[in-house]
Amino acid sequence: MKKRNYNLLLGGAITGIMMLLTLMGFFYTPFDPEKMDAANKLSGISLTHIMGCDNFGRDIFSRVLKGCGTTFTVACGTVLIGTVFGTLIGAFTGYFGGIVDEVLMRIMDALFAFPSLLLALVFVSLFGSGKYHVIIALGIAFVPSFSRIVRGEYMRCRDLDYVKSARLSGASHLRIMFVHILPNIFTVLLSSIMIGFNNAVLAEAGLTYLGIGVKPPDASLGEMLSSAQTYLFSAPWYALCTGGTMILMILGFSLMSEGLKKNGGGRYAS
Amino acid sequence: MKKYALTKLIGMFFTINCVAFLVFLSFAVIPGDPALAKLGAQATPERLAAMRAQMGLDRPFWERFFSWLLCAIRGDFGTSYSYGTSVSAIIAEKLPVTLLLTGMSFIIMVTCSIPISIYTAKHEGGRIDRIILIVNQVIMAVPPFFAGILITYLFGLILHWFQPGAYVSFGQDPLKCLVYLLFPAVAIALPKTAMTVKLLRSSLLDEAKKDYVRTAYSKGNRTNGVLYRHVLKNAIIPVITFLGMTLTDMIAGSVIMEQVFSVPGIGRILISSISSRDYPVVEAVIVLMTFIVVTVNLLCDVICRIVDPRIRREV
Repeated sequence: MKKRNYNLLLGGAITGIMMLLTLMGFFYTPFDPEKMDAANKLSGISLTHIMGCDNFGRDIFSRVLKGCGTTFTVACGTVLIGTVFGTLIGAFTGYFGGIVDEVLMRIMDALFAFPSLLLALVFVSLFGSGKYHVIIALGIAFVPSFSRIVRGEYMRCRDLDYVKSARLSGASHLRIMFVHILPNIFTVLLSSIMIGFNNAVLAEAGLTYLGIGVKPPDASLGEMLSSAQTYLFSAPWYALCTGGTMILMILGFSLMSEGLKKNGGGRYAS
Repeated sequence: MKKYALTKLIGMFFTINCVAFLVFLSFAVIPGDPALAKLGAQATPERLAAMRAQMGLDRPFWERFFSWLLCAIRGDFGTSYSYGTSVSAIIAEKLPVTLLLTGMSFIIMVTCSIPISIYTAKHEGGRIDRIILIVNQVIMAVPPFFAGILITYLFGLILHWFQPGAYVSFGQDPLKCLVYLLFPAVAIALPKTAMTVKLLRSSLLDEAKKDYVRTAYSKGNRTNGVLYRHVLKNAIIPVITFLGMTLTDMIAGSVIMEQVFSVPGIGRILISSISSRDYPVVEAVIVLMTFIVVTVNLLCDVICRIVDPRIRREV
């Protein structure tokens, strides 16, 4: 009997719920996330405000929903940039090899050695902060790690039998690279996309916490956490609820990636 | 070995210079006039020009870059726009704090993660192993600065073990300083420990399945002997590379943690200089961090070669 993959199941469930809530946040929130209400300033958890209210009396749950949306957009954009460019670079260098591969990989090594948070910090300080700048900065910072993974996979696959037979039947290099090999390395790519997503969530929150990420009109989990820290003593639930949401978001994806690796591992082990 | 050392050193030199050039270039081409920022919008054109000449901004780019680079090699990074003092002095004051913090968290990470991973690998599938794995998974999902906030709340505000925001410098009271830094150090080390445990555990388990381990057992070795003398040595090699990457990550992570615990280190200077557009400081900090990162990577490479003779023979 096949053992149940609890990692994948649990991760999928958590991610599913978080996705639903995030989607809901785009269209509907129980209160207006920007509406201030002096009477409810820093009020605790109650039935009407299930996560309490912040220092302006705004409903934290509504703001968390909105913040999830922002965080989600930034993370998706980052991963999209990282994956597209990383896959392109990794595919060409891994498939063809040679001098271009050597040079590009040395550059990637240098970039990879540099902490991505620091890289993003420099980018943001150059081009200014704001949602879209953060996406571009983090996206560029994520390219090296993706390209490295994809390159390794292409190097492993380029001389396998199915690639050889495709080549014999006259398929062009581009077709082999993206129609034949790409679907075969999809599991590996998917699991690194999920890890990348988590790193993007963490990096965005970190940048915003430092005050150089997403700007205030967009509610973001990092921005909320940094203002929650000021009220840690009088309103601990503010930080706990916001941080807890972030943990769930990351946990879901990391469990899923674990599960995928376990599933994929069986296939590649032989 | 000589050839190896030479190529590595040249590569290091090249990387640092590349980063220095890119950083200098990017701050030179972005819009925004540091002289204007310093004097304010009401400054007269004459005073602006005088200020630019004083800051050396009127010279051509290449001249500025090479004179800066030559000075930087000698340890002189120019004068800070906003503090008015020499950048090297500012860094010399802040760097020890960051290095102390990073060093502490690295020691915490290594001393915690190695015993835990050996224990879990030894008792694979046991109850404690499974609990640790679950805890690990959750810890890895906690954003580092949120861990910092939680630690501030628990130990600072509820248990009163330290006073958040009241940093004592090492010169004033070494013991108090170390106690204060212990909390941010733990916050930095927590997620990294979880990752190391995960990696070292699976590396140990992979090694333990190999033939030489069976041979060692069949020769009559006891479990502990095989584990420490044979398996651990081989399993630690991928972990060394990972630890090097983690160390550089920790230096970057300390930027955030210094903000959370208001520790006056290099990270706080970096953030405040970025927002006040104090480019000499930003340039110096980034070049310095690159230097540290490159050096750590080189050290890891060397350690790997010492531990594993196989890598030595390959090159």
